[in-house]
Parts: sequence; structure tokens; C-alpha cells
Amino acid sequence: MPQLGADMAAGTLVEWQKKPGETVSRGDIMAVVETDKGAIEIEVFEDGIVDALLVEPGTKIPVGTVLAVITDNRESTPGPAEKISQATLQKPAPNEAPSGGKLDKEAAETAPAKEPPSGGRLRISPAAARLAAERGVDIRAVSGTGPSGAIRLADIDVLAAESTPDTQDTPNTPNAPALAMRRAIAAAMGKSNREIPHYYLSTAIDMTRALDWLSAANQQRPVTERLLYSVLLIKAVARALEKFPELNGFWRDDAFEAGGAIHIGWAISLRGGGLLAPAIRNANDMDFDQLMVALRDLVKRARSFRLRGSEFTDPTITVTSLGDQGVENVYGVIYPPQVALVGFGRIAERAWVVGGAVQPRPIIEASLAADHRASDGHRGGQFLRTIEQILQEPESL
Amino acid sequence: MNDTELKDVLIKAISDIAPEADFETLDPDDELREQLDLDSMDFLNVVIALHEALGFDIPETDYPRLFTFNAAVGYLREKQTP
Repeated sequence: MPQLGADMAAGTLVEWQKKPGETVSRGDIMAVVETDKGAIEIEVFEDGIVDALLVEPGTKIPVGTVLAVITDNRESTPGPAEKISQATLQKPAPNEAPSGGKLDKEAAETAPAKEPPSGGRLRISPAAARLAAERGVDIRAVSGTGPSGAIRLADIDVLAAESTPDTQDTPNTPNAPALAMRRAIAAAMGKSNREIPHYYLSTAIDMTRALDWLSAANQQRPVTERLLYSVLLIKAVARALEKFPELNGFWRDDAFEAGGAIHIGWAISLRGGGLLAPAIRNANDMDFDQLMVALRDLVKRARSFRLRGSEFTDPTITVTSLGDQGVENVYGVIYPPQVALVGFGRIAERAWVVGGAVQPRPIIEASLAADHRASDGHRGGQFLRTIEQILQEPESL
Repeated sequence: MNDTELKDVLIKAISDIAPEADFETLDPDDELREQLDLDSMDFLNVVIALHEALGFDIPETDYPRLFTFNAAVGYLREKQTP
């Protein structure tokens, strides 16, 4: 069970998407796990063949528990794989390994029998999966009434009403997911304010050129391909970070660890409360269309709680924009172990002095909250100035 | 489409983005985005849904005409090719 953020202690396995014997490659979706941040897809870290699935769907397990064994592609090397299997058995996992604890080749072969009767993946809506986990309903016992037997929210409701959950550790209230997310935010932000010596800087940026460029570009585009000014902000931050590596990375074990690539964690607020900041990977190398596609996809999946595990652990910095309906200034709280957060307020029309005369101009306040252990205000200020300069030449982005 | 049908299209487009929206209590002459807490991405998705349902283009310069429910219905009526 991977730790998907500094605040995660345990997760509940919702479903397996791979079966024993299946060949998997790095990046494949292996399983869906329920956490405080919703259902998250867990990716495979290496190529190989699924040897055994060690955890039953519906089980809540602590971070670090082995979920499955994946062996090397080559049949001739069963040695190391068996060692891993044996080590796994020493873990006090709450579930029982197949065949009473002795996991060997034979056991791995019997594992397919434990798959859902349909043989394929369990069809369940994310919302239903969430409710099932929250109510302690075993989704394999639910007969779905949706398309192709898919399990819907209503199916879980019916079953949950009939049975009482056998564990008391998850509060049986409709607000449980919201409460869990509140606690996750509390843990991360509490740690941030306890441990990170923040400094704050802010500057006002004239968005006239950026917005003019944007509306000209959008005039040429069908509505489905139009850009939001958010992608200009993301790109400008990502490009500026290329020159300020000390703001892009992590503070770990009393030292700064450079992020390497630039993965922007984009803060997405959820309807009904809470927020997530999943990664837009290599944002500095993407063009506006790619960024727009990535942004749209991320917002959609965040709001339906279908993000991937690596999207929570990858961000090397967080960017938040409180939107065009919001306030003018943001004073961010850094998401540990990151070392910086860039905030944007709304674009407001203000009286601005241009060439000695006062003019109305669209102005946005850009702010930086940074970890003073990793960087100093002088460099932080230069970073914000660089963002400002980049936004004056949107055509060069 | 008549106004009732246009309203239904609009309500569906908004409900897909903001499922909790209550059109009984919504003030049809007040800012939609503020009442329903729609950000720029949400609003763009509403515009795209309207475009897909009705077939005509909605240029960005016309966005302000979609800012309230009643104004939007009037705008969509006007944009329909007779």
C-alpha cells in the first residue's frame, strides 16, 4: 500500500484490475484504493507477471503492507520471487493469504478462483465504491442493477440498510468522506505550519498582453478547443522554475532535494468542500493545447475521485488560482514535503500607470509562499519577477 | 426549440457540472456563476455542453450574455437559426 501523500496512514482496497498470471508493465493500473482523497488508481512500478494478489477487496490496510507479488518476466528465476512471497507472509496483514498462509506456486495458481464470478473486473461506479467502503459493504456480494450489471449507488444503499457495518473505525454518517478529507488536509497543513518556516512575497502583474493574446487565439478556436488563462499561468510558472530549481522540489531529512522534472500540482477545489492538488507532469515542456487537455482531464477526474496514486506524489510545487470570481490575494500554505506554493488571485481591473498616464488595466496578484530552509526572499522575488516578464510575452510561451 | 426546451437544455448543461444546483431557489436574473460557484473551467464546460446540444458556435465575446439564467435563455433563443 503506497503512501499517497504525507498524511496517509492506511487505505482500503476497492478492486483489483489485474489477475494472477497477467503480464503487466510499468504504469498499468493495478488496483483501485480508497483513501481520504477518494478512490485512487494504483499503478504498477515494474514490468512483470502478477504472481499473487494478497489482499481481498474491502480490506483496510496500513501503508507499507504488501498488496501483491509481481515476478520478473523470466520463468527461470523463481528464487527471488519466492523470497518476497515468504517475507510477505511475516507481515501481520489483516487478510489471510490463500491456502491458509503458505504462499507458494500452488497457492498462486489457485488464486484466480477468488476472482469475481464474471471473470472480468467488477463494474462499479466510483461513487458506489466510495459508499461501499464507507459503509463496510462487501461489493462482491452486491448484485448490480446498472448497465451490464454495474453496481450503482442505490445498490449499495439497499445493502447498507440491511446490514450494519462490522467495524466502528469508519464513522457511519453521510459526511464521512468530507470528514476524512478535512482530516487529511488538517494533518498536512498542520505539519506544514509546524515545520516549514514560510516566507511570503507578492507582486501585481499586468495581464493586458496575456489576455489580448488569449482572446485573439480563442477567436480562431472552436469552443471545444478554447484556452483558459489558467494554462498561461501554469506555463509561465513552469518556465520560470527552470531558472529557479531551489523552489522546485522537496525538503527531506534536513536537506533540499531537487525535483528534477517540473511537475505542477494544480489545486482543484471540490464541490461540497475540500481540495486536491494532483500533478500536471512536465508542464514546462507542454504547449497550451496539451496543458488544456491535461487540466480538463485532471479536474474531471479529481471531481469524480478517479486520480492515480503517482499524481499525488509527483508534484514538485503547487500552484493555486482562486479563480475569476474570487479574491485578489492568496497567502498559501506549502504542501509538505514541497518547498513552494505559487498563488494567483482573480484578475481585477485597476487604475494602472502606463507611460505616465493612468489607465484601467487587468491586474492579477501573484504570490509566493516558500520554505526559507530551501530558498531566500531575494531569489523568491526574482522568481516572481520572471513570471511577470514571461506573461508580458505570451507568444513566446 | 421553444423557451421551455431551451431551459431544459440549459438546466441539463448546468446540472452535469453542478449536480447539487437547485433551480427552484435560483434567482434567474442574478449571476449564475456566483450563485452556483462555477469557476472558469465549469463555465467553459457549460458553454461546450450548450454548443453540443444546440449545434451553433458561441464566441467568447458572447460569454457575458450567458451570465444569468434568463439572459442565457434569451441569447440561445436569438442564436437559433430560424
